[in-house]
Amino acid sequence: MNRELIRFENITKSFDGYEVLNNLNLSIHENEFVTLLGPSGCGKTTTLRILAGFETPDSGRVIFDGEDITNLPPNKRQLNTVFQKYALFTHMSVADNIAFGLRIKKRDKSTIEQKIKYSLRLVGLEGFEDRSPASLSGGQQQRIAIARAIVNEPKVLLLDEPLGALDLKLRQDMQYELIRLKNELGITFIYVTHDQEEALTMSDTVVVMNRGIIQQIGTPEDIYNEPQNAFVADFIGESNLLDGIMVHDRLVNVGGLDFPCVDVGFGDDQPVDVVIRPEDVELDASGQGQTSGRVVSIVFKGVHWEIHVESRIGITFLVQTTEHFPVGSEVGISVDPYNIQIMHKPSSSDEQVFDKDEMKTGEGYES
Amino acid sequence: MIRKAMHRIYVALILIFLYAPIIVLVALSFNSSRSRVVWGGFTLEWYARVFKSSAIMNALGTTFGLAFSSALIASVLGLLGAVGIYAMRKRNYQIMLFMTNIPMINADIVTGIALLLWFVHLIPLGFGSVLLAHVTFNVPYVILCVLPRLEAMDVYQYEAALDLGAGEFYAFMRILLPQILPGVLSGFLMSVTLSMDDFVITYFTKGAGVNTLSTLIYGEIRKGIKPEMYALSTLLFAIVLLLLILVNLPYGNMFSKKVRQEGNI
Amino acid sequence: MNRNRARLLSIPYVIWVIGFTVIPIIFIIGRAVTDENGSLTAANLLAIFDPIHRKALYLSLALAFISTLICILLAFPVAVILRGSRFRKKSIILFVLILPMWMNFILRILAIQMLISNNGLINHVLEMASLPALRLINTPGAIVLGMVYDYLPYMMLPVLNSVLAIPEDVIEAAKDLGANRKEVLSRIILPLSLSGIGSGITMVFVPSMTEFVIANILGGGKLQLLGNVIEQEFTTSMNWNLGSGLSVTLMVFVLITSIIFGRSNESGTRAAGLPI
Repeated sequence: MNRELIRFENITKSFDGYEVLNNLNLSIHENEFVTLLGPSGCGKTTTLRILAGFETPDSGRVIFDGEDITNLPPNKRQLNTVFQKYALFTHMSVADNIAFGLRIKKRDKSTIEQKIKYSLRLVGLEGFEDRSPASLSGGQQQRIAIARAIVNEPKVLLLDEPLGALDLKLRQDMQYELIRLKNELGITFIYVTHDQEEALTMSDTVVVMNRGIIQQIGTPEDIYNEPQNAFVADFIGESNLLDGIMVHDRLVNVGGLDFPCVDVGFGDDQPVDVVIRPEDVELDASGQGQTSGRVVSIVFKGVHWEIHVESRIGITFLVQTTEHFPVGSEVGISVDPYNIQIMHKPSSSDEQVFDKDEMKTGEGYES
Repeated sequence: MIRKAMHRIYVALILIFLYAPIIVLVALSFNSSRSRVVWGGFTLEWYARVFKSSAIMNALGTTFGLAFSSALIASVLGLLGAVGIYAMRKRNYQIMLFMTNIPMINADIVTGIALLLWFVHLIPLGFGSVLLAHVTFNVPYVILCVLPRLEAMDVYQYEAALDLGAGEFYAFMRILLPQILPGVLSGFLMSVTLSMDDFVITYFTKGAGVNTLSTLIYGEIRKGIKPEMYALSTLLFAIVLLLLILVNLPYGNMFSKKVRQEGNI
Repeated sequence: MNRNRARLLSIPYVIWVIGFTVIPIIFIIGRAVTDENGSLTAANLLAIFDPIHRKALYLSLALAFISTLICILLAFPVAVILRGSRFRKKSIILFVLILPMWMNFILRILAIQMLISNNGLINHVLEMASLPALRLINTPGAIVLGMVYDYLPYMMLPVLNSVLAIPEDVIEAAKDLGANRKEVLSRIILPLSLSGIGSGITMVFVPSMTEFVIANILGGGKLQLLGNVIEQEFTTSMNWNLGSGLSVTLMVFVLITSIIFGRSNESGTRAAGLPI
């Protein structure tokens, strides 16, 4: 792991009595691609804005490269931001937009020109110097916003839902583009999004947040395969989230039926949350399996079929499979022990985060 | 902190600049001395005498009559005009927009004189000529209040109404009109304001014998303004202030604050 | 609605435009290019080059220019301050700006006269503080004061609109790129409010250049603006042809001003100024 570059220490922030960040601690390393992921109102944007200097935390410190920058104004910080709606200066040409930071720093003319060229080439928009930002497409504006930020050679690039306004195809292209850019520049990227696919595709590290609290920090694989609580499991990808009772190590009871699993250390007869990804539920046309059920709906999703199966143990499973099962047919249901993920029930109300309606309450503070 | 204080002082100075003359006028309306510079003690005499001055009451009547009738005519004319212009092809649309802009761009004194030169051939100068003049400078504002509403409107709503079986007239009354009406209303209110505020155009087109409050005051400058006029102006100002406060501070606002406070307890 | 039928609705308005916008302009131009006998002449249009008229024109242009400049210098900082403050609720700001207009305009100018006259309130205060009295009334400065007072809201509204309309993230982006407070002001806020300042300029410059009431009251009738000259041709000298000639000249200046600064935003800002 590289040297630590940024450290958030016990950051707390409220707006109008609504707590947006609750004792946040996070450390970010050099040359890392970190994504803050969560629903709107989770505090991810506020975290980014505190780092950029647009907000001051109520308490706690922000350490950047060993220095306390908590109260440093944004124009004195060695990082740059790519804004959600690009925030290009409409009264300036593309070149003037990119040159803005360099001119403030009083760089000489030839250096500025050279750097404009270089950064435009980097984002694949050579020859756009004299265009007006208003004449560009959303994707092009986005690239200019990135060029304008990276031309200043920041140690960290902050990206606040930068792809949110683009259409799906462009968004996917830009994801690869951003990964390429990061590798070429060799700097730290901190990326804010509510889109789990973006987070999983691009990041070295994903920080899942909800209601001002970090729920889990890990690699995309960790986050997907080993969610630490029900919120993460549900937020990342689709899943069957079931109530269960841990009978003893390696055996969990769901709906009255015992399933072998691989998890240990949850104690005996303890209530737990059980996560089974829909692609991990195996169906069998002959009706053989740990239990059985009846197909109640089937929808074609392109790569796979999405099936709802009403099981004999009273649970409706969401299943993704490449095989077709007609509605009304009896199928066997089984799950590999390795694909059952056991999680503790939330122990405090702060961790009890999992209410879709409540997620929306903080929306106003995000943007 | 110092910067904040400087900002406050600056804004306060601007406010004093804007409101000092008004405070002077309000003070004069309560001044028992007829002198404009000597304070002779507090009185309500001028308020009592306003309603007995036939010159002032006539001018007040003319001012209100002009304001409301010109605003009404301008609203009808402007509403129809805006719908018509909206339906025009690009070239005619632009010609009409340019024409509409002329009375707004042109200096009041030129508009007034041009109308005067035409009216002396057309009709005797008096209330009628002033009314025509006021409608002329009011209509553009109605049109420019209504046209953006029309342009912002979703034409498919109208087509949806037809699709659901509404007749053209019914669809117009039930779908289009309710959406344009706020524009017509702002146009109407702006017309009333502009008409009551106008001096120059009225001055040139009124001829002898008719007076609005503005032209009456202008005529009195040499002889000295009657204190009753200060009383009337203060009264009108107070009424407008009250109306604006009622409109601008919606109950919803106060209510939500109250709810929040109670919620905290 | 059927477009053809919808277009018919505008017929009354089209007639009105022809009757009361187009024809009067034809009449004023007609008067301007003829003498009292009705024969063609360029004298009324060339009359602007008479020394007296030229002087009035120069004075009008100079006072209008100074008034407009002062309005910009007063209005822009207010707009920036209000943008930065928590007190930026537009309806209340508009309310405060519009409210004075509901006191009769001539009375307000008379009140300024009372404040600045030789034995007026300001000189009373100066006297009490044993300071020398100021001669304010009947000077060009007094006329400028009156114009600034009367037209400041017309500058304030469009400037405020454009300054408040600048998205916060654009300003944050400038700070993020290293701009300090002054650089944000000069490189972002000022250039982005130029269109508002432009429409403010026409809304202040045109009426102050054509003004005659303020000059009559605060200039003591000695300082002649072009508006005063034209008014007198119609009320006392009764030379309507000359008055029309000078009016047409004035119209040309108004046209030039509005072409330079654009008037497109004006209707919008005036509409926004409506206290409802």
